[in-house]
This record gives sequence, C-alpha cells and structure tokens, in this order.
Amino acid sequence: MSLQREDVEKIAHLARLAVPEEELEHLRGELAGILHLVEQMDELDTGDITPMAHPLEMTQRLRVDRVTEENHRDQYQAVAPLVENGLYLVPRVIE
Amino acid sequence: MAWETVIGLEIHVQLTTKSKIFSGASTRFGAEPNTQACLVDLGFPGVLPVLNEGAVRRAVLFGTAIEAEIARRSVFARKNYFYPDLPKGYQISQYELPIVGRGHVEILLENGERKRIGVTRAHLEEDAGKSLHEDFHGYTGIDLNRAGTPLLEIVSEPDLRSAKEAVAYAKKIHQIVTYLGICDGNMQEGSFRMDANVSVRPVGRKEFGTRTELKNLNSFRFLERAIDFEVERQIDVLESGGQVVQETRLYDAQKDETRSMRTKEEANDYRYFPDPDLLPLVIEDAFIEETVKGMPELPEARRRRFEEEYGLSAYDAEVLTATRPQADYYEAVVAVAGDAKLAANWMMVELFGALNKAGLSLEVSPVSAEALGGLVKRIADDTISGKIAKTVFEEMWRSGRAADEIIEEKGLRQITDSSAIEAIVDEVLAENAQQVENYRNADPKKQPKMLGFFVGQVMKKSQGKANPRQVNELLRNKLG
Repeated sequence: MSLQREDVEKIAHLARLAVPEEELEHLRGELAGILHLVEQMDELDTGDITPMAHPLEMTQRLRVDRVTEENHRDQYQAVAPLVENGLYLVPRVIE
Repeated sequence: MAWETVIGLEIHVQLTTKSKIFSGASTRFGAEPNTQACLVDLGFPGVLPVLNEGAVRRAVLFGTAIEAEIARRSVFARKNYFYPDLPKGYQISQYELPIVGRGHVEILLENGERKRIGVTRAHLEEDAGKSLHEDFHGYTGIDLNRAGTPLLEIVSEPDLRSAKEAVAYAKKIHQIVTYLGICDGNMQEGSFRMDANVSVRPVGRKEFGTRTELKNLNSFRFLERAIDFEVERQIDVLESGGQVVQETRLYDAQKDETRSMRTKEEANDYRYFPDPDLLPLVIEDAFIEETVKGMPELPEARRRRFEEEYGLSAYDAEVLTATRPQADYYEAVVAVAGDAKLAANWMMVELFGALNKAGLSLEVSPVSAEALGGLVKRIADDTISGKIAKTVFEEMWRSGRAADEIIEEKGLRQITDSSAIEAIVDEVLAENAQQVENYRNADPKKQPKMLGFFVGQVMKKSQGKANPRQVNELLRNKLG
C-alpha cells in the first residue's frame, strides 16, 4: 500500500500532532513500512479465524454497580491550569 | 414531483445505574460540578476502566424486550475525537460487535394500523461531560459529572416515512425503556436524546437520497418540527436544481429551523479500534436467564391483559398503559374499587381532567390510587350517585381526605330506602298535578322525555341523594 505525504499530514492532524515539514518524508517511509508488514497477512486465509479483539485469552470481568468513589475535586483540580466555581476552564469552544 | 421521506433515528438512553459504566463514581443528576468525576472519568494516566454489571444487564433487558439477539461476545472500541468535555480524547463505545443485535418494535399509526420498525442494533457507551459556554470571560467551563454515565445507543432502520412515524417510534422506545426501568426517561435532564437521519427521494425510487443528521433533539415536539422543517428544506433544494449536502445540522427551536453546524469533513474520521483496556464481553445463557427472570410486563402485553382481564376497550387500554406509573395507578384503583370499567372512567375523565387543569403529573396527584379506589367503590355499591361522587372527588382533591369520611360527614349517602323515596315521589306528584295530567294524556313516545321533569324535581327535593334508578322506576309505575 502506498502512502502519500498528504495521508501523513491528515493522520497527524487527526491526532493533533504538529509534525515539522522536514520530518514528513521520513515518517511517510516508516508508516508505509508498518503497513507493508501488516499487508503480508493478506497472503493467509483467515476466513475461519475469529478476529482478535485483545491479545489476552480472557474475558471481561464485571464490577458490581455500587458507588465507591468519593468527592476529591479539590485534589484533582489542584493540577488543573484554570478552574472556576468547580469547573475546569478551557480555551473557548465555539459551537 | 412527489417526494418520499426516509428517516432513521439514533436514540441515546441514559441507563439508571447508580455508578458509572467504567468507574465507581455516582451518576446522580444535579450535583455540584465535578464532584462526581473520579480519576477514570477525568482520563488520568494509568487508570483502568472496569465494566459495570448493571449497565450490561440493562442492555440485555432492552435487547430481550425488542426480541433481538443478545451478542454472546461483544467488544468495546475507542472512538477518537478531540473535544474538551471528552478528557481521554476518545469515547469508549462499541463498533463492530455491539451487545444488542437486530430487533424490532411496533408502532400505532394514525389510521389505526400497526407498523413494524426495525432496530438495527443497540450498543453500550459512555456519555461525555458538559460544556458551559456562557459567563467565563472568554473561556468554556467543563463539568465532567456526566462523563462516563452509561448510555445505550439505539439505532433504528431507515423504516420511518414521516415525522409523525418518527415520533411514534421514539415514544415507543421511551415507553419500553421506562417500563423496563432501565432509563428514567427524563427528557429535560437529557436522559433520552434523539438524533434523526433525514433524506427524501422521488416516490418510487429505490436508492436513498443524501441524508442530513439532526443532532440532540430532546423533546418529541422538537423532533417532529425539526424533521418537518428539514424535509421541506431538502425538497426546496432539490426542486430548485440543487443538491443536498451530507452534514450535521442543529435544530433551533426559537427560530424553528435547522442550521448547518459547518463541521470540518474529517470530523467523522473516528478511527475506531478495539480498546486494549477492556477485554471482550462474553455473556452466558445463565446470565441472560437470571437478568430477564424479573423482567416487568411490557406495555404491549399489559395493554392486551387490560382488555381481557378488565374488559376495557382497545382505546382505554392503550391510554391507561401509556406509562408504567399510569398502569400501576389504575391497577391499584381497581384493587380497591372492584369495578374495572368504572375505575377506568373515573381515572380518565375526572382524575386526568383535574390533573390537566392543575398542570400536575400523576406522580404528584393529591388523590392517591387507594383514595380514588375508595370513591369508585362507593359508586359501585350504590352508596353515592355518580353526580354526588363528583362533589366528593372535588373535596378529596382539596383536602386529601378519604371518600368515606367526606360522605359520612356531609351526609351524602344515597337514599336507597324505597319507602323514603316513595314519600318524596308522592309529594312531587301532588305538587305538580297539572304536569301529571299532561304526562298521562301525552303521546307515549314523548313520555320518556317528560319523565325527566319529575326525576329532576325528586332529585332536587332529596338534595341529589335519592337513588336515580329507583326514582325512575317509582315514577314510571306511579304515572303509568
């Protein structure tokens, strides 16, 4: 699978990563290599195989529906850059 | 050109668990901002989500209620996007393998026919927090109390053909989830939120037109108006030679119109992948059996039972089973009153009338089901007439006292002693000799109407307490 420079730019933007112009070509090559590695699996017939959702051969444990957490807002907000009236403040989001 | 509307709904149902879907923080509504947001909800590094059994059981109940297949293996996935009320940068949801598969519900159309609407799937996911855009001097305030609240997203097939059908379907889903008790159904608090996918196509064409998505409709009225507006808009665009753009639109209730959200095109590139923090959810038969064992009676079944067991009309049964509190109230009235049809009439006419007038819901009715049952019982056993009962009801509504207490205190007990009634009848006949003669000389066809005059006089003399049936009988005998 060929990967274009624009694909790398798009992926970086979706992940909100600022990739310097001069690194784009290098990254394109590395990502294309990973995709090539995965592509090799297309040679195998995997029709009868259940797609793996997790590397562990285990299933999800369930938690009893009970409130176990207390209010620690002050401690959690001590590391926040800006708070007011109990709210976290972030740069304005225009809807 | 004639156009056909095609609608599919996505409904987000907040589940009634005490704690969140992946953490032990409380889901209670209305708490101080961020006092119910723990480290998992805040997306701190190093925390691990653990799935809430209560959320899984509620999804299983819903799937069973719509006769859907419950997936024996389902997988949680990360839906990636950036927004400040989603601290992790992804929402944990289900994508390729949802917990509830294809099911269906039936809706009642305006012409009385029933129509089956397909449910494509329903999946578990976490809710996001809330953004407050006002009053923060250029900043947005974030409250993460809601982050991590369990949601069941219910996706319908594009089977709906009008705004009215969409509303009927949404109301049916609302009825089912509130009957099951898996959602409180409170739309003001956002417990039940709807998105509508709307498109139009020329009648007879198989392919769907380009659709738009109307987001976050939180009332049935807005759902109907938003779809009606959007259908008109799309038809106008197409008939003037334009093309519908696939996009998300917001409904503005004040202006009664939908507006483009102008989202960037990559906004829908969510890059789902299985969440490595969560293992596949495997559901055994025993878990399903245990969950559905205590499943409450569903609205459809209850409606049929009301018709059979209580002899109610289809209409009455439909109205009384519309909500679970209503059906519960009715059955409590019948348990005391004995007479099921009379109980239905009194509940639907007098009680609903009074509640409507006062702008109250049934849950806060000043007259309890037991109290109303006590009143209906006294009509059924002839202690009071239906007319007097209305006076008693008004007094019960005002004072909250029991019917028997009011009947005794005010001496409203109906006169059923036939000699006492006969005495009054005789008095009335003696006082109205002319009318008696007129009656006897009248055309027999006109007599029933003329009898009303005498009945009225007797009732007046007895202060409304004479048994009307006995009064009629006595008068007919004496005049005949």
